[in-house]
Amino acid sequence: MTKPLVAIRFVAKNFGEFQALKNVSLDVWPGEVMCLIGASGSGKTTLLRCINQLAVIDSGGIWLDGELLGVREQGGRLHRLSESEIGRQRLKTGMVFQRFNLFPHKTALENIAEGPLQVQGRKAGEVRTEALELLRRVGLSTKANSYPAQLSGGQQQRVAIARALAMKPMLMLFDEPTSALDPELVGEVLAVMKELAKSGMTMMVVTHELGFAREVADRVVYMDQGAIVEQGHASDVLGAPREERTKAFLSAVI
Amino acid sequence: MKPAPALAEGFPDLSGMRIAREPHWFRWLSAALIVLVLAAIARAFANGQIEWSYVSRFIAAKVILEGIVNTMVMAVLAMALGIFLGIVVAIMRLSPNPVLKTVAAGYTWLFRGTPLILQLLLWFNLALVFPTIGIPGLWSARAVEIMTPFLAALLGLGINQGAYTSEVMRAGMLSVDIGQYEAAQAIGMGRLRALRRIILPQAMRVVIPPLGNEFIGMVKATSLASVIQYPEVLHNAENIYYANSRVIELLIVAGLWYLLVVSILTPLQMLLERRFARGTLRFAR
Ligand SMILES: Nc1ncnc2c1ncn2[C@@H]1O[C@H](COP(=O)(O)OP(=O)(O)O)[C@@H](O)[C@H]1O
Ligand SMILES: [Mg+2]
Repeated sequence: MTKPLVAIRFVAKNFGEFQALKNVSLDVWPGEVMCLIGASGSGKTTLLRCINQLAVIDSGGIWLDGELLGVREQGGRLHRLSESEIGRQRLKTGMVFQRFNLFPHKTALENIAEGPLQVQGRKAGEVRTEALELLRRVGLSTKANSYPAQLSGGQQQRVAIARALAMKPMLMLFDEPTSALDPELVGEVLAVMKELAKSGMTMMVVTHELGFAREVADRVVYMDQGAIVEQGHASDVLGAPREERTKAFLSAVI
Repeated sequence: MKPAPALAEGFPDLSGMRIAREPHWFRWLSAALIVLVLAAIARAFANGQIEWSYVSRFIAAKVILEGIVNTMVMAVLAMALGIFLGIVVAIMRLSPNPVLKTVAAGYTWLFRGTPLILQLLLWFNLALVFPTIGIPGLWSARAVEIMTPFLAALLGLGINQGAYTSEVMRAGMLSVDIGQYEAAQAIGMGRLRALRRIILPQAMRVVIPPLGNEFIGMVKATSLASVIQYPEVLHNAENIYYANSRVIELLIVAGLWYLLVVSILTPLQMLLERRFARGTLRFAR
């Protein structure tokens, strides 16, 4: 029996009075590509940020690769992990942001090499070789020495994907990776993500690109008001939704 | 195919005409007035009780040169101390730890809230409070011997500067997009490494112009150290005029040196700005 790579159990996250996540439970299996869809404000970003521990959950638990995230159980209580332990756990996930968040004072190559060099303390020569290979993989071999400001949005996002991959994560989190892009640049980013999915990477993708979800996703999860409303195979959820809210959302999007 | 419609009459072709030059009478008039005023001031000084020969005699005197070197040494060291403290205090203020936050805010409050000259006098006279200082059982010394004018000036100027610089640094760090912290965390960086590698280099771009200002202020603020016998250029100029009574001449000598130093600093600042502008110009390098 294989185990889920990510197990989310009864997770709640509040911002003050507001419940951004309500009792969310979900499994993500190794090699699975999961697309999260839902209206703006439904908690999709918050869910990804909790998995990457950029946000701290208020109750429940998230296990990644069998390891409880952010806390340790001891004597019937939960104790928060130290910053360095959280940093170590974060290395198992790679995050791609809607607004790229490349480091503007570093070249494409330096952006990719920063984590392996500074955080993992690996050798410069080997990191450089790998970074160049990653750039080739995202189709940007000629842009190694360009600064982010010299790249188009689509190119920046592809560098951001390479930067996340450089840490050799087990799980890739994408938060609306194409939403900040001009329509003609969306395709090049989605192509890189498709290739990544084909290579067997486990991925959680928040997206409004239903075509991508239909083509690539093993499972589509529809969220509304901080809860999972419906999930299943892409063709079922997108083609024949059972829940009224899902139907309403899909007819509004298409 | 329809022919292109004819253009309407009454709108002549202006493409051959030049723009006429306006006489700008007012500019000429005001410039002439300013020249007159300057000439009057120059004449007043030339005929006034100033022995210009003393200015030229002392401008490169050994004591004055030593003074300006001491001024620069103190300004650079105190500014370095100020920037170091400023960065540390700014990081403390932005940390989630309430103890660090309060300590940092208290430091800024205390050292910005009292006059610099008072702080210098306090450091210099520390021996009145603590006759001996040291680590109990390990090492101790008489405070009068430790607290030289140099050390008192360095501590007074540097620690005071740190209080101001911390606010400049804090503004710089706040100017960096929150997404940069998150991207740094997402590749596993801790808070301090993210600050050092990602946030501070970007903050530097924003803080260099105000820091340039602060450094120019520091060069001049070193003159306050003359009251605690630190031999900077004003102090040495004063010592000369106590002996020869050429007060104005020596003050002019010191003033000219300050002007020269400050004039050199401006192009240096531009070099630094260019260094930290990496990646911000679309076609940089
Ligand atoms: N840091 C925050 N502080 C307060 N409210 C927040 C914060 N982050 C998200 N929220 C709120 O939580 C809800 C879910 O947000 P989010 O997860 O970003 O939704 P989605 O990504 O699905 O659009 C929204 O209503 C949003 O306003
Ligand atoms: Mg979102």
